[in-house]
Amino acid sequence: MTIIKMTAAEVARKVIDNQPLFILDVRNHDAYVDWKIEGHNFEYLNIPYFELLDGVDNVLSKLPIDQDVLVVCAKEGSSIMVAEMIAEAGRDVFYLEGGMKSWSSYLEPIKVGDLRGGGELYQFVRLGKGCLSYMVISEGEAAIIDAVRFTDVFTNFAKQKNVDIKHVFDTHLHADHISGGRLIAEATGATYYLPQKDAEEVVFDYTAIEDALTVKIGAAQINVSALYSPGHTIGSTSFIIDGKYLLSGDILFIDSIGRPDLAGLAEDWVGDLRETLNVRYRELTEELIVLPSHFMKIDELNTDGTVAKRLGDLFAENHGLNIESEDAFRHIVTDHLPPQPNAYQQIRQVNMGKITPNYDEQTEMEIGPNRCAVR
Amino acid sequence: MIKSDVQLDAKGLACPMPIVKTKKAMNDLTEGQILEVQATDKGSTTDLKAWAKSVGHQYIGTREEDNVLLHYIRKSNDDNSYEKQFEQTITNEEVINRVANSGIILDVREEAEYAFGHIEGSKSIPMGELEDRLDELNHDEEIYVICRTGTRSDFAAQKLFKKGFTKVYNVLPGIGSWNGNLSKSMK
Repeated sequence: MTIIKMTAAEVARKVIDNQPLFILDVRNHDAYVDWKIEGHNFEYLNIPYFELLDGVDNVLSKLPIDQDVLVVCAKEGSSIMVAEMIAEAGRDVFYLEGGMKSWSSYLEPIKVGDLRGGGELYQFVRLGKGCLSYMVISEGEAAIIDAVRFTDVFTNFAKQKNVDIKHVFDTHLHADHISGGRLIAEATGATYYLPQKDAEEVVFDYTAIEDALTVKIGAAQINVSALYSPGHTIGSTSFIIDGKYLLSGDILFIDSIGRPDLAGLAEDWVGDLRETLNVRYRELTEELIVLPSHFMKIDELNTDGTVAKRLGDLFAENHGLNIESEDAFRHIVTDHLPPQPNAYQQIRQVNMGKITPNYDEQTEMEIGPNRCAVR
Repeated sequence: MIKSDVQLDAKGLACPMPIVKTKKAMNDLTEGQILEVQATDKGSTTDLKAWAKSVGHQYIGTREEDNVLLHYIRKSNDDNSYEKQFEQTITNEEVINRVANSGIILDVREEAEYAFGHIEGSKSIPMGELEDRLDELNHDEEIYVICRTGTRSDFAAQKLFKKGFTKVYNVLPGIGSWNGNLSKSMK
């Protein structure tokens, strides 16, 4: 029967729409356990392609007949080989175009909500990596927060919406993914902002984000206001958009909190992290909708695919906001940290402008989950 | 240069081809021979390692030379049913103390295996070369023969004994279960 190409965009739709999909992941076992395509209604079978070189007879009976079967590998070559064998055996089968590399890069823009005077707020969900970027739009102008490195996705989106990108912010110096902020600013003439305390080693020009800095976007003059919120890094800054949304960067997530160790200073920053979560955020209105820069699990997605939750709900439900004693808090955020993200030290160097890897090298560095949180 | 019996050029090939070609090439090797796979696909290291494990070949190691990955695999059937016959044996743990006083550790694995990890100070004579290199050994000295699992060293110890080396011991269970540090330095 036939072998059909499925794009990362089509897989993303299935994730967001809660559709079923059967994934035959033919990467080696360690790679699969470390990181895979997550979907609410996805089923999985992991058999490395090199165990299928002599044929797929043993696998056929394990593939469902009544749902789509997608073969996935790292780059696509092995998935095509396996898919061809399955098709030869008389079955219809899909393979993922570009493999996990393209899954890691795909961004799905989803509208989070309307702002005053016809403004809009979009969340760009990078499902494969768990990264979230934002674009604030009001007639004529846009601001971007925590852009990932696929800059054309943002510039094209702005074109489509007929807005000029005026301000580009990074909430902190990222360690899990390469920022697209500086390049977007260079390409569009926008101002690029970084928290100064995270930027001491950067080798390019930027505008420092001061606490309470406010810029106004477009015809409706939508407020984008900085709130100094250290802890994940010493410079970490949150943004409040239009008095309604709290962009929490890597400080507060839906089901976890930021980890303080990726710049090597867990012990020093744990106090800042607690202060930010327990004092600075407590002073804000509970009606704010929290929009983090990452998610870790597919369960954190809302039914429309966005990652967003009321601050008041997080105070009630998020474990990291409900740790009474300082010792227990210190213990959790310094002693039980998950493994660090792939190549995180190199990624920090890239974001400081100190090294400039090519596209393939950047892809390689970003492989795997983001791992910016502790639970 | 690490010695290998057969070389496979898989440079410029993307996954799955390096493994597909390696599998084919391995069919033509005889037991105990070593294949060098030259590849540029970064993913080939973990995949070759996992593939070798799944089919029972011995993945020895990988080196990078001029942006080419050189993988070394030894054809083996991992047959553990072989019953060792040589009676004078010594454990991994004991041998270090003994050799500190006198004697030598003789590593009879292939040169490539030795290159990717051996006991500091041990002497390398691959099993196949032993017969011709007996004059490098001293009859009066204790010789502690080691290999990966104790099988090759069993053969080697028997051979040495027949040639008149009486103070010969087979080290068990061998380098495959070695707990101490292994050196990669070559003389």
